[in-house]
Amino acid sequence: MDRPWGFRTRAIHAGAVPDAATGARAVPIYQSTSFVFEDTEDAASLFALQKYGTIYSRISNPTVAALEERLASLDSGLGAVCTASGQAAEFLTFACLAGAGDQIVAGAGLYGGTITQLDVTLRRFGVDTVFVPGAEPSAVAAAITEQTKLVFAELIANPSGEIADIAALAEVAHSAGVPLAIDATLATPFLCRPIEHGADIVIHSATKFLGGHGTTLGGVVVEAGRFDWGNGRFPLMTAPIPSYGGLTWWGNFQEFGFLTKLRAEQLRDIGPSLSPMAAFLLLQGVETLPLRMAAHVTNARAVAEWLAADPRVSYVRWAGLPDHPHHDRARRYLPLGPGAVFSFGVRGGRAAGRKFIESVHLCSHLANVGDARTLVIHPGSTTHQQLSDTQLRECGVPPDLVRISVGLEDLEDILWDLDLALTSAVKDAR
Amino acid sequence: MSEQSGWTGPSSQQRLAILRRTRTVAMLGASPNPARASNFVATYLLASTNYDVYFVNPNATEILNRPVYGSLAELPVVPDLVDVFRRPSDLPQVLDEVLAVGASTLWLQFGLFDVEVAEKAEAAGLVVVMDRCLKIEHARFHGGLHLAGFNTGVISSRRAR
Repeated sequence: MDRPWGFRTRAIHAGAVPDAATGARAVPIYQSTSFVFEDTEDAASLFALQKYGTIYSRISNPTVAALEERLASLDSGLGAVCTASGQAAEFLTFACLAGAGDQIVAGAGLYGGTITQLDVTLRRFGVDTVFVPGAEPSAVAAAITEQTKLVFAELIANPSGEIADIAALAEVAHSAGVPLAIDATLATPFLCRPIEHGADIVIHSATKFLGGHGTTLGGVVVEAGRFDWGNGRFPLMTAPIPSYGGLTWWGNFQEFGFLTKLRAEQLRDIGPSLSPMAAFLLLQGVETLPLRMAAHVTNARAVAEWLAADPRVSYVRWAGLPDHPHHDRARRYLPLGPGAVFSFGVRGGRAAGRKFIESVHLCSHLANVGDARTLVIHPGSTTHQQLSDTQLRECGVPPDLVRISVGLEDLEDILWDLDLALTSAVKDAR
Repeated sequence: MSEQSGWTGPSSQQRLAILRRTRTVAMLGASPNPARASNFVATYLLASTNYDVYFVNPNATEILNRPVYGSLAELPVVPDLVDVFRRPSDLPQVLDEVLAVGASTLWLQFGLFDVEVAEKAEAAGLVVVMDRCLKIEHARFHGGLHLAGFNTGVISSRRAR
């Protein structure tokens, strides 16, 4: 009898049966660059992909494999490829599908590093990205051309808090013969599994809530295994590959083709692999993901509601609040809550935002999200300080905007810290 | 297609049991062309399993330096499992040949699914697997798929073997 194991069980067990050689119950850290071959025939069949196994940790590693299978299981995917960071996961996906002359259609509200990866680095290599405001499905449909290889959006955008309409985007992409990739970093598979709503590829920065403790960089690409890569739009998937004896990713591997190409070709050639030690640390985080995310969202809801009711706060952009334009989408795709990262405005403009950040005692001022600790940053005085107030508003980051990643501390302590910092920010701004 | 037909194939634990009790595999429709899926599956079965593998194809004489037999009846052994790489329209005739030779498992590769053939085979005592790859299923339970980052669905507190 096949048991459909629960999410919490899989967060702890998927991808990790006790070690065959030693019986070790925790996942062993295979800190080895390379693995010896049994003989030359073994080596030859491994290199020809005729046989599964480990050759070199740039391509695969047993500790990393445990994390890969676990994340694939949690995201209802066919499989996964882990990478050195979330940015590496995105680059590997884009590079796997698009080359010079090809196009990607992406939501406009992406993380800044992803925007520059697409708009500067990949554009320099001849890949054109069209950015669609709000990733609105009808506008995405209009932007797709014969050259489009991928539709890409973030499930929860930052700092707008907008929610991508995954099912509508999937329909628009699929009717054009194009796959849909969703970055679900801020949701994690505990809050939303985009594959269950029609997405083909899911990308996470595992650095954030998956690891959950602010210790370790990592990324992952999960694929559903449902997309027809033989539909004529993806010659890279169907043309013979000389370096692998003329086999083709789609013809020889079928539903396993995309992830096999991602690993055996893109990780091989580009090289942003996850280290075994990092995989081990991320695995420890994933084991408590369900418990942590539930607590993050509970705290986030309370903090968002408290801020929204405070006259010192000009706005709160969290789609869990009824007045957010994407509140209904959040209820559909993220019924447990739209994550624990959002932004709010401190009355008094850029100076008040700066003063707020300088006044916190418990919240940490740093450029990450998804830590056990509560984190805050004020783009107007840090990442975006070179921009004028007008320029800031144009890129959707008002001068008074503060981003918060709500942590797992006692709610009363978080609110105490925010209250004191708001008091000093507003007092100084007067 | 398997979800809509009403036919339920062996569960993952039952497929594992099939793989464990199988000793001899006949690949029906095996190709000498390295670009064909059957040839690629054959390289895996020869390199990564303990199965005694035989090739059957009336239009080939040698595959991967091994002899090829013209039909199941010409094999020097009775295969436990017949792994089928043939056109869908060939399946009724394939079933007759499999029953005649006395194999116990009829395994139809990716893309081959015929409820009528399956029900007839099961009524005659055969175990039937359809629309699945023998290589993938073996790799699912023997660590290969896991090492390549795929979701095997295996959850167990027992030491791997």
